[in-house]
Amino acid sequence: MSNATAHIDRLMDLASGDEKHDPSTRSTLDVLWVLFDRVLRYDPHDPRSEGRDRFLMSKGHGPLALYAIMADKGFFPADELTRFLTWDGILGGHPDRSRIPGIEVSTGSLGHGFPMAVGVALALRAKRVDRRVFVLIGDGEANEGSVWETALLAGSLELPHLTAILIDNGSSTRPLGDVAAKFAAFGWAARTVDGRDHEAIYRALTTPDPVRPAIVVAEIRD
Amino acid sequence: MRAQMGRTIEELMDADPRLAVVLADISNGYFEGVAAAHPDRVVKVGIMEQTAVSLAAGLALEGFIPVCHSIAPFIVERPFEQIKVDFCYQRLGGNFISIGASYDYGTDGMTHQAPGDVPILCTLPGMEVVVSGTPGEFDALFRESYADGAPTYFRLHSQQNAADRPVHFGRLHVEREGSRATIVVVGPMLDRTLEAAEGLDVGILYCTTVAPFDGETLRAVVGDAPGHAVILVEPYYEGTLVPEVVRALRPAPVRIEAIGVPRRVLSRYGGPDEHDADLGLTADGIHRRMEAFLAAAPSM
Repeated sequence: MSNATAHIDRLMDLASGDEKHDPSTRSTLDVLWVLFDRVLRYDPHDPRSEGRDRFLMSKGHGPLALYAIMADKGFFPADELTRFLTWDGILGGHPDRSRIPGIEVSTGSLGHGFPMAVGVALALRAKRVDRRVFVLIGDGEANEGSVWETALLAGSLELPHLTAILIDNGSSTRPLGDVAAKFAAFGWAARTVDGRDHEAIYRALTTPDPVRPAIVVAEIRD
Repeated sequence: MRAQMGRTIEELMDADPRLAVVLADISNGYFEGVAAAHPDRVVKVGIMEQTAVSLAAGLALEGFIPVCHSIAPFIVERPFEQIKVDFCYQRLGGNFISIGASYDYGTDGMTHQAPGDVPILCTLPGMEVVVSGTPGEFDALFRESYADGAPTYFRLHSQQNAADRPVHFGRLHVEREGSRATIVVVGPMLDRTLEAAEGLDVGILYCTTVAPFDGETLRAVVGDAPGHAVILVEPYYEGTLVPEVVRALRPAPVRIEAIGVPRRVLSRYGGPDEHDADLGLTADGIHRRMEAFLAAAPSM
């Protein structure tokens, strides 16, 4: 845990009940922090603003880090975290866009948000809206066939404003091998970074390819 | 009906900048004009129907009204979870148009058949299902409902009725009245059902919107008829509308005869007419089922 995210960790302590997803939550913490703290353009008081960058949490699993960061950034009050997984709360085990301000898509079933993000990126291009689309997928999620359908499809589309982040924390039942190379073979601008290194994450997320969609493989080895 | 789909979409794409088309390598030739005219709003993804549906939902998130198209098993059964999660759960509107209804591709084996498409879609909250009986009805019903904010499935058949009816989305059309039973007949089954019902004192309601089902009209027509007898004639798995009939008429008991495609593995290669004959879904076969049902009616 870095000093920069220590306060997010304390916010996460307000919630409990999803311990089975704890590794999933911890693996995304630094990438999500860098995204929301330094990369994404958004207004938490107008979360559907046309001028926002879009962020889709495709994997949906282990959303507590996302919830804590969004609370910290003002999308909803931090005490909402105390109602995590409860009937009266808005924060579920997987995020629901109809309940949580700032959540773009309701996810949880794996392999959905990634292709949806391609649709969003195509839509922004058709609308001539100059904003970026970020989508986070997990290495376990990358067992799903739809992830590779999407890798094939988007790699052949000119979507420089689309950036995927694959959190590789070794949770794939089948070894993925050099996942960046696989995406590169489909036409993506691919790079691999240390998923705990904030500066490396920041550089990777803020230097998109001029033509191709980008994927940043964030390795978590702790 | 497929050619009408192409014409209808082409006209609407020109008129409505919100409309977008997602194709999965089926019917590309019918969309060449719109793809050339509106390249930003026509996406040819290839043979990846799960991604096609999810991508369409992404377009819908940004305010577009997507139209996804493929053969029925590939646009309904394969990406069923994508329709459920990416449209219904997200509360997004969009349109799914299929060809290859039931066994229209009956010479291609069961992989290309989908008599279960309508029943499974009817399990999804908020899902709308339209089964038109003619190209003109498809055109009218699509224009009426494509932008209504709900996910809507349009099932196109190779078989069709001879003449359009004045259909409206969500409404049963009263074809004729009768006293011994009320027939609810769906889409392209109308003409053969009219032939089957010749000489029988039965009312006929023509259904082109399966979901939401127009229980109000059914209740109004059946309400005073003795015996509450309803005969369903559906071009997909038999009995799909039974729960809707029961719901519309409760708490009154109702006798129902459900005619449609039986739940059987179909392993013979043949066109839709051959499968209809094998399954008793011809005018003669339907007539025999009706007569037997009416003859078995309890005395009131």
